[in-house]
This record gives sequence, C-alpha cells and structure tokens, in this order.
Amino acid sequence: MLPLTNRSKVVVKKEMSLSEKIYLPAIISGMMITFSHFFKKKPTIQYPEQTREFSAIWRGQHVLKRDEIGAERCTSCGLCAVACPAEAITMTSAERKPGEEHLYREEKYAATYEINMLRCIFCGDCEDACPKEAIFLTDRKVDSEYNRGLFTYGKDILVEGIEKEKRIDVTKRQTPEVLEFKKHKEFDHNVVFEKKK
Amino acid sequence: MAKVTIDGQSIEVPDGTTILQAARMIGGDNVPPAMCYYSKLKTSGGYCRTCIVKVSKGSDKDPRPMPKLVPSCRTTVMDGMEVQNNTSPEVLEARRGVVEFLLINHPLDCPICDQAGECHLQDLGYENGAAKTRYDFPRRKFEMIDIGPYIKLHMTRCIMCFRCIKVADQITDNRSQGMLFRGDASEISTYIEKVIDNDFSGNVIDVCPVGALTDRMNRFKSRVWFTKPMDAHRDCKKCSGKVTLWEKGEEVLRVTSRKDKWGEAEEWICNECRFEKKHINDWVIEGPRQVDPHSVISLNHYQNVLKLKLESGKPQKQMLLGKK
Repeated sequence: MLPLTNRSKVVVKKEMSLSEKIYLPAIISGMMITFSHFFKKKPTIQYPEQTREFSAIWRGQHVLKRDEIGAERCTSCGLCAVACPAEAITMTSAERKPGEEHLYREEKYAATYEINMLRCIFCGDCEDACPKEAIFLTDRKVDSEYNRGLFTYGKDILVEGIEKEKRIDVTKRQTPEVLEFKKHKEFDHNVVFEKKK
Repeated sequence: MAKVTIDGQSIEVPDGTTILQAARMIGGDNVPPAMCYYSKLKTSGGYCRTCIVKVSKGSDKDPRPMPKLVPSCRTTVMDGMEVQNNTSPEVLEARRGVVEFLLINHPLDCPICDQAGECHLQDLGYENGAAKTRYDFPRRKFEMIDIGPYIKLHMTRCIMCFRCIKVADQITDNRSQGMLFRGDASEISTYIEKVIDNDFSGNVIDVCPVGALTDRMNRFKSRVWFTKPMDAHRDCKKCSGKVTLWEKGEEVLRVTSRKDKWGEAEEWICNECRFEKKHINDWVIEGPRQVDPHSVISLNHYQNVLKLKLESGKPQKQMLLGKK
C-alpha cells in the first residue's frame, strides 16, 4: 500500500553492538532520566486541595437566565434544541396566562426544559442559537451523580434564582454585539401589547 | 399562444397567462416570490408587490419596455415579451424595498410564532431582506382575537395579503370576515368577533402566508421542525380527505392541506378533517410527506430521503434537486 505520509519507517532488525548487548549503559541512561525528574517542578495538581484556574472561555453547566424583573427569558422557541449536535435538549411549551407577566417574559414559555448532561458536549451552540439571550454556559461544573437519571437537568436546576444574590453572572459569555444591542430600547419587541382604540 | 422570455428562458403560454404563472411553468430559481397571489383563489394578487418584475420588451409589435416595474401576478404576457426578474438589479433592489415595507409593522416574534419554519415572509426576508430595520417608530399592535374555537387571529403579524378574505368569499358559503378601515389603519376583522363556522373556514390558516391566522388547537404544541409531516387520507363527504398530518411521536398535532412547491394548498380540506380528526386511527397513512431538503422542516429527520425517493420512482436528477 502506498503510504499517505512519509512518517512511516521500515523496521530493520540488525545485530546489536557490544554496548547494547550488555544493557548497562542503556539502564544507566534510563535511570538518569528518572533521577533528573526528582529536581523538576511537579506538574501534578493536588485536587481537591488545589484547583486549576479556569479558562476565560470555559463552558460548563448551563443557566437559563431571567430578565431584570425576574421573568424567564426563554420562550421555548426550540432553536437551541435544533442547533444541539448531541440532541441533548428537549422542551415543551405553554402559553402565559394573564397575571404571569412577572414570571415569563413573553406569551409563550418553556413548561419543561431538560438538558441531558450526559449527552451534552458543551459546545455552546445552544448559546449561539438563542435569540433571546436566555441560555448561557457558565463556569460551573456539572456535579457527579450516582444515578444516570439525575443527569437530566430540568428547569429546577437550570433556571437561575429570582433573588439578586442567586443570579448567575454571564457577562463573560456575552459578545460585544449583544451588549451593544441591549443598550437600544427601541429594538425591544417584548413590550406588553396595548389595546388599540 | 404567446412566447415570453423570462431571464433568458423562453416558454410558449396561452394568451391571458400572467407573467408569474409563466415563470412558474418554467420553474427553477427565477420564479418571482409572491405573498398575496394564490393561484387557486380568483382575483388574488396585486397587493403585496413582492412579485414585481421588469418588462424590458413589451411585445413583438410594440418592443418598448414598460415604464415601471410591474406586478407579475397581475400582468398578462404578450407575444415576444421579455421579462427580467433576478437578472435585473433594479428588480432586486425594489424587492428589497418591498420587503422592508412588509416588515415595517411585522413583529419580530418568530421564536413564539407557530408559523415559524413554514412562514413565507421568513423565507422572503431571509432572501431579500435587510439584516437591520431602519424604522424607529413604534409598530402597530393589536390584541389577538379568537375567531371561533379553532382559529386565532394575530392582527399584529398580518401583512394585508387579502388571501383569507378571498377564501372566505370563494370557498366558504357565507363570508363573515373582511377588511376594516383604510390604508395604514386597515385590519382583518370578523366584525364584533363573529365566529367563522363555515365548513371550509379552516383553510384561511393554510393560505395565510404569515402567522396571523393560526390553528388554536396546535397553539404552542410544538415547533414545526420537531414534527413529522405524513401524507394521509380518509373518506370525507365534504372534501377530498387528502391531507398532511403533522405528527410528534404517535400524536397528531395538526392537520393541514397538502402544500405544493409554491406553498399553495393542493386541495381545500374541510373543518372536520382539519380540526376534529386528531387521532392516528382516523387516517390512512400514505407515507412521509416529501419536503424540500433545504427546509428547516426536513432538519433532524433521519429518514433516508434518497431511499424514499428511489422507492417512489423519481429520477435521480430531480431527487437531488429536491423537487417533487
């Protein structure tokens, strides 16, 4: 077969020389390498006492954001689910009833929203696809569990708390374009419908 | 017979054919988009102006070009007429302007709208629209209205195509909806929210190019691209009974008429078929509906499209072009 790269080498089994036959020089040079490692910096991180620094673009557990007044931003449009290469996201939608405006931002909301964390590959495509800035990947880790079923995260885990201290900061995950867009109130199409005379 | 040339492609069509119909006979990418014209509805067309084309040569007898861009759905062909659609930058620019006008009052609520994924305005905006709006003023807004137990009217999304009024006029026996007011203030209404209960009134949902008229029973049930379209039929006394079922799992979420490649209903279906037969056992399933592979509806459907089309005996070339 014709090789595709020139990295393959033909193995030649030639007669060993005397120094190779007595093995000692090879053993000694090997021990030298081992010995030299005593004086090198240890690369091991003593987890959990020590933790490694996270990258600025680390993608961990998802969060479903709320807006300023605490209403859920997700409108269950399904674009995250269709963008998901691992098919980890499922949802069902429901219609907002009068009086629930403080809970849900728009007339449709996700009644259930589930991400299977075992399927998820943390690529961040859901975040890219979201037209409502509702889903973000955060710097939190997904905990280990004893049961496979517990890895299907529902809204109880994914949606952030209403209280200010329970909000999850995602400013690192927002692009300059998103932040610029947010400044313009005239682009806001989520205002409550006014009755026309 | 008249010979007409559209973007360099010639066809012989009977007298009285419109440019749009002739373009559709030729097919391909050079067919002007249409938002209000509906071949199955008489006197439709002429409102939205998305189908405007340039007539660079009026006819053999009078070769002068027409002075302005003309709506191809209302302009009949002349012998020797030469028409430019996609080859004319003037047409494309004008069409962009028309789309901008259509989108002036149209809300950006596609993430909520049930029509998203099969919306003609979405496709049109994607192909001809600008990425940003230049409109600073508040968009006009209406409360949504329930027209009867089955249909929901989102007047905010309406683009005034008049198709639903033509359906009510021509398909159903007594019309109870129409256009109120004039100009910018005009709106579709049933006048005191009078219930539409004609047998074929459900067809207004199918003809609506946007999400202004939607199926209340399917409201927010699922996005279009998570459902599977299946051709099915049943014995119906009122209509042909040939429909498309939109399934999710074993559940029938929605029943619509079968849409041809121009997005028009092949046959009108009655309200009984559309709204009351929501069980899989009510129907004889013929097989999966073939949707355009480029459509978002065919996304994530792991059926072997090639195999299906081979089984149905379609030649390979057509198969790859995604034509029916």
